[in-house]
Amino acid sequence: MAANPRFPKLPHALMTLGVICLLVGSYLGLFVAPPEHYMGEVQRIMYVHVPTAWNWMLSVLFAFGAAMAFLFTSDFKWDARLEAGLEVGALLGFLLCCQGAIWAKPTWGVWWDWDPRLTSTAVLLCSFAGILALRRFVDDPPKRAVLCSVATIIAAVDLPIVYFSVRWWNSLHQMQSSPATVSSQFHLPLRLNAFGILFLMSGFIAMRSRIASQRLSEELAPPPQEFAEELA
Amino acid sequence: MIAALRKEFLLQWRTRAQAVAVFVFGATSLLLFSFAIGPNSAALRQHAAGFLWLGLLLSSTLTLSESFHAEMENRALEGLLLLPVSPRVLYYGKALANTIQLMLLGIALVPVMVVLYDAGTTRIPTVLLIIVLGTAGISAPGTLYSAMTSQARAKQTLLPLLLFPLIVPVLLASVKATSFAILGDPMEQGSRWMALLIAFNGIYWSLCGLLFDRVVED
Repeated sequence: MAANPRFPKLPHALMTLGVICLLVGSYLGLFVAPPEHYMGEVQRIMYVHVPTAWNWMLSVLFAFGAAMAFLFTSDFKWDARLEAGLEVGALLGFLLCCQGAIWAKPTWGVWWDWDPRLTSTAVLLCSFAGILALRRFVDDPPKRAVLCSVATIIAAVDLPIVYFSVRWWNSLHQMQSSPATVSSQFHLPLRLNAFGILFLMSGFIAMRSRIASQRLSEELAPPPQEFAEELA
Repeated sequence: MIAALRKEFLLQWRTRAQAVAVFVFGATSLLLFSFAIGPNSAALRQHAAGFLWLGLLLSSTLTLSESFHAEMENRALEGLLLLPVSPRVLYYGKALANTIQLMLLGIALVPVMVVLYDAGTTRIPTVLLIIVLGTAGISAPGTLYSAMTSQARAKQTLLPLLLFPLIVPVLLASVKATSFAILGDPMEQGSRWMALLIAFNGIYWSLCGLLFDRVVED
């Protein structure tokens, strides 16, 4: 399965590329780009916050896709990818909530506001943490893969419902930022960081799913000869 | 389907002490919530709906985590799966039984809420409808998750961990709709929340039924 990957150095290359993009993008964002007119220096967190948000959505989509693919194909490489997607998704979700809180305090005066995006990110983060806990508590690999895929699909379907229900309930967040809604001077660091996090995330996912599939192939391998004789 | 439902009710009737214990647990938690607010009857009335649903939600984990207990003993689930019916029937039977059980619990907790929080309402049919929709929304994913966690270690911890984030929309919508029923609804917003509950139920009753086959297969 993963014993002989086609591109053994791919995760490292992606991660290096990601770190370079992030360093350059953050340098441009912190020192070169002009401060924003209304929010001043605080706005600079946008250069990591917005790319994290985009990539978090990608990682959730990836996990959902891997879960669907596993249920349809029962191929364990998708289970390894699901594990990687879940962990990276949980990490990015956690970062997103922290960055959101750091941004919200000077901008809105509170650490947490019950805005639909912040709240649904937190809800999905809890779901992913729950699914990761579930992975640890099921020992049988095929069972674990099925249960986690099912839980991931259910959690992902819940995301839009949570989003809309919280939006009806309360709203304060500004509109999503995209390069189209911000001035062109902010484009370059934003795009660089977005690609930086994308590369880093892909590298993490590739590396993590490789580790997971190595563990899986150990778990799924038949027991060693002397052990098998003992069992018989 | 009827047979599956009958089996569930028979099981529940035989363990009715459990249902009473869950009711006492729910009532106790309603009592405890009021200590978090203090003896301010206006504030308690304001939050009554939220407390009712939190109490119901906490009690539901007790009911749901027990839900596959009997099937896991003596590997009875395997026997049931050998029956010439789709596992889906088992799921719907169990989910329906859980809904009815939680619904009765919710109806039983309403008088406790009215007495403790002075949250009387004349819109009894509306409150009943919300309880039916809300408990159905908890049961549909709750039954599936109960089937999943019953195959894992640490099931008592896992079930709420998985279920609580998922049913945020149900909790939100039920609390809002119940609140409007208790405190008055001049803008007719309650029906919007009920529509959300109906949509959630539609999605999860079908999705969980589809996925249940995979969860119990060997």
